[in-house]
Amino acid sequence: MLENVGQPGDGHSLIDIKKVSKLFGTFHALKDVSLEVGWGERVVICGPSGSGKSTLIRCINQLEKHQSGSITVGGIVLDDSKASVNAIRANVGMVFQQFNLFPHLTVLENLTLGPTRARNLTKTQARDHAMPFLERVKIPEQADKYPRQLSGGQQQRVAIARSLCMEPRIMLFDEPTSALDPEMINEVLDVMTELAASGMTMICVTHEMGFARRVADKMVFMDHGEVVEEAKPDDFFKAPKSARCREFLEKILQH
Amino acid sequence: MNNKYLFIGIALLLSGCSAQWGWYVVDPSLPAGRSNLQFLLNGFYDTIQLSVSAILISIVIGLLIALPGLSHNRGTRSINRVYVEIVRAVPILVLILWVYYGLPQMANISISVFWAGVIALALSDSAFEAEIFRAGIQSIDRGQYEAAQSISLSYSDTMRFVILPQAIRRILPALGNQLVYMLKMSSLVSVIGMQELTRRANELVVTEYRPLEVYTILVLEYLVLILIVSAGVRWLERKMQTDERH
Repeated sequence: MLENVGQPGDGHSLIDIKKVSKLFGTFHALKDVSLEVGWGERVVICGPSGSGKSTLIRCINQLEKHQSGSITVGGIVLDDSKASVNAIRANVGMVFQQFNLFPHLTVLENLTLGPTRARNLTKTQARDHAMPFLERVKIPEQADKYPRQLSGGQQQRVAIARSLCMEPRIMLFDEPTSALDPEMINEVLDVMTELAASGMTMICVTHEMGFARRVADKMVFMDHGEVVEEAKPDDFFKAPKSARCREFLEKILQH
Repeated sequence: MNNKYLFIGIALLLSGCSAQWGWYVVDPSLPAGRSNLQFLLNGFYDTIQLSVSAILISIVIGLLIALPGLSHNRGTRSINRVYVEIVRAVPILVLILWVYYGLPQMANISISVFWAGVIALALSDSAFEAEIFRAGIQSIDRGQYEAAQSISLSYSDTMRFVILPQAIRRILPALGNQLVYMLKMSSLVSVIGMQELTRRANELVVTEYRPLEVYTILVLEYLVLILIVSAGVRWLERKMQTDERH
């Protein structure tokens, strides 16, 4: 489990990213990126595609390895050790653009696989543990269906429930609505808004600016692997400081 | 397909009524024919035992060899390459001879005909299966691994509960092919004296001088065996698909 560093008022950040760089071959995906996220804080990261926003949050749970700089989550420093990666993954949930549900398992089995294997719950315990999460994302009646029988929005809500089932302290969202038909975006955003209201620490990579305005405590704009701007949502949307950010917002807010 | 085989079978049996054929050697209504037929059919037991043992072992070895082939580490991956390239390059018949006559001398052990056959068939098949497994596992989307990692599954749990169950569905047709191939190749073990279907037919031909009838029976024996395996594989394929679709 995480050490209790990053609790409100202890002077530390829950997530502390310092000068992180990441190269894919010769492509500089992240250049000396620093970002702090406090306990219960909701951060929305936006920016053009290829700006490194997904890479940044994937570094937090080490789906990508960074080459330099440091990442600390709840007092645990990410190093090459399996122990640090496992400790952090145990506390960080992730939701993917393509849902990544397990297609050969039912909705309920998708939820209970983690708890039964990584937390050693029995099948019955895991079921009792999982059902409230399905109710929370409002699809308990789909428990015994297979992912392909659900709509995209429903699938993404199952994916959120699957993550929550592991009781993470931090949730990462990697463009959770980008693969959805427009009419299904809101049902997913509603679940995320509800989650934000419950006090979950969240980092969301998204272009849903309405959602960002509603829930974000902090907006981050990235471009070419750098954090260009970091601001409170009010300031961010009303008076972006950098030209690049202004340009980006003009483009996406027209729609 | 099945109708075609049935037709060929019936045609062969009908042509057996003509004067050229001497079905008496395996005619169940005659005492000698009955014992000959019994002798041939008993080979089913040996062929099946040999093939099933070899298949089970080859699947385990194949999987163990496929996994290092998926590694990002070059050294680990080369374990897979070296094994596959070497084993795949040896003809099955040569491997059978080497395991039965060579291996005991080299390792100073004694080995039965049955186990020599099982080992040779399993080794030979495992190289092909390793490639089938590797291709199937590599066809699974990377997002599945990432989702598994993000809910804290270990590597072995990820393989066992997430990747392999999906890979096996895609692999099944190719694996079915391989099983049929292996079943047929088990006939080669007759050369070191394993009394399976083919060896028994050869022995009977030597004593009865009726190769046409005896080998025709042998053809039909393999046909029946392989049709059953094919049907089994297809049934499994259908079952797994409906499991996923509902």
